[in-house]
Amino acid sequence: MKISEAFRNKPLLIVYICAGDPSPEETPDLVRRLVRAGADIVELGLPHSDPIADGPTIQAAAQRAIAAGMNTDLYFQAAADANVDCPLIFMGYYNMVYARGLDRFARDCAKSGIAGMIVPDLPPEEAGPLREACRRHGVDLIFLAAPNTPPERLQMIQENTSGFLYLVARAGVTGARSDIQEATRDLIARASGDVPTAVGFGISTPEHAAEVIRSGADAAIVGSACVDLIARGELDRLEQLVRQMKEAVRRAKTQ
Amino acid sequence: MNQAQSAAKFGRYGGCFVPETLVQPVMEVASAYSRLKASPEFRRELEEMLKHFAGRPTPLYFAKNLSRDLGRRIYLKREDLVHGGAHKLNNTLGQALVAKHMGKTRLIAETGAGQHGVATAIVGANLGFETQVYMGEVDIERQKMNVYRMELMGAEVIPVRSGSRTLKDAINEAMRDWSSSFENTYYLFGTAAGPHPFPSMVRDFQSVIGAEARGQIQEAEGRLPDSIVACVGGGSNAMGIFAPFLKDDVRLIAVEAGGRGLGHDDKTADHGASLGCGQDGILHGSLTRILQDPHGQILESYSIAAGLDYPGVGPELAYLAERGRIKTATADDRAALRGFRTLSRREGIIPALESAHAVGYVLREPEALGDLAIINVSGRGDKDLATVMEYENL
Ligand SMILES: Cc1ncc(COP(=O)(O)O)c(C=O)c1O
Repeated sequence: MKISEAFRNKPLLIVYICAGDPSPEETPDLVRRLVRAGADIVELGLPHSDPIADGPTIQAAAQRAIAAGMNTDLYFQAAADANVDCPLIFMGYYNMVYARGLDRFARDCAKSGIAGMIVPDLPPEEAGPLREACRRHGVDLIFLAAPNTPPERLQMIQENTSGFLYLVARAGVTGARSDIQEATRDLIARASGDVPTAVGFGISTPEHAAEVIRSGADAAIVGSACVDLIARGELDRLEQLVRQMKEAVRRAKTQ
Repeated sequence: MNQAQSAAKFGRYGGCFVPETLVQPVMEVASAYSRLKASPEFRRELEEMLKHFAGRPTPLYFAKNLSRDLGRRIYLKREDLVHGGAHKLNNTLGQALVAKHMGKTRLIAETGAGQHGVATAIVGANLGFETQVYMGEVDIERQKMNVYRMELMGAEVIPVRSGSRTLKDAINEAMRDWSSSFENTYYLFGTAAGPHPFPSMVRDFQSVIGAEARGQIQEAEGRLPDSIVACVGGGSNAMGIFAPFLKDDVRLIAVEAGGRGLGHDDKTADHGASLGCGQDGILHGSLTRILQDPHGQILESYSIAAGLDYPGVGPELAYLAERGRIKTATADDRAALRGFRTLSRREGIIPALESAHAVGYVLREPEALGDLAIINVSGRGDKDLATVMEYENL
């Protein structure tokens, strides 16, 4: 499914997990569980040795996944094996994409059911060649905006992103936090327009998710909170959290 | 591509591959630096500090015994005599003044050998910044003396336990810190690598080495040298001495860490030779030559010299190497130890293990130098005594 189709049923819940954690074999089933529990889009992280935008939770997941043998070939295999109806999105660092070759990477995404790519260390200024490759293979390249992104730059990013615009809820790295800040609401307000928006970084409870939707975002992204439950092997609670967050997102819309 | 972007590139190398949250902080540094670079007042301020605080100019010393041994004229650029014991202070003084002008109150830095951390602690104490230095646990263990030096000068050393627990992970951690602390914090990057503008800015601040050496060799010999040899970790002492000679007919030789040999296993390379053995890739904000596995995971590097133990290299060096403007070479641990011992015995100068790689290369391949050569002695070896003693007992 295309990302744009998924956004017809907004607001959405997007769930991030790190592929290969706890093992490459378990990833397809985990993806299916998330979708069953209500995830509208699954963001599947490809673990990297040097994840500079990630906090301790996702760093640890990446280390476990690499130790368990996860690599780019197995990643695409896992995505294809998950075989879900909703869009999958690649999330990973540019060197992993670059090492495989941009065209080959985008083609492998298209072949394995990955509808979009998020590359957090690739700002639009550097993304020309990957954007071309994505266009050739019909894969969305999703850019990020942050609370400290100034207005003209935000507009440039909106013009360049495809699928949706990823709003970084706060300065700093990924990781569960205890509140939603004024800066987040401000960014959502500034970014509202034709391009759908999804807010991530620090969203860990149903209340957070509801709050960003009420503030005008089209999707909420939860990552570290789910990764943490996977790390503890609490898969029932994982499904429960996803279900509650989805419920909160839906209800926030009708309010 | 607009002008700001092409300024960030060296051929296809360089650039600014950072998360969106860091784009603004990095651009603010770039614009502050380009403004200050043109300011006579800033330049005067820096020159004063370099002269009265750092102890510049450093001598270009004619190494008479080494010259006799090798049958050619060899000079040593004495960066080991800079305050703090290495060339690192040239850069930290420059950047700390930039930070001051930007109104920042806190400095963060990464360090491997501890030399850049010490140089940052020095400017932090002297110019009144709160200073925190990220350092891998492995490096803390092998550079205890430098940890204590930093703490004496009021810097806090933060142990890094992620990844390989060495320099590359310390850089990761500093970047993570900066992505939420940029309001009041300046990231004082230690080498001529990283996202734009760091490679150019660090090169510029270190170019004082080459600019002095150029005048000094002209005065002593009435001509430019045939060759210049420098060790390469990230590339700041090498770019610093090379930059003023790029347009001349001078052989520029970049010596990387050959470690235990040029092989690697799944996770770890036995060396730090990113120029010689790496491939194109993106690490710490720039496209450069890096040590990586076929999937793009960064390999851990290895060298007896903590300051050369880095799986990346500055993008300008990658560009110059590809164009053939610099010659790349390696010296392994043994060659470096030979350089360490020889310079100590023959000249009464104990070089840093990093600089000893340049000396070791010269001892191994004197014919590559021509008749007149300069070795950049980037630092002094006091910090390395424990490492060398331990190595020799093995
Ligand atoms: C004395 C000395 N020389 C060289 C280096 C390597 O760094 P660079 O390649 O940036 O000069 C270091 C790094 O810590 C150092 O301490």
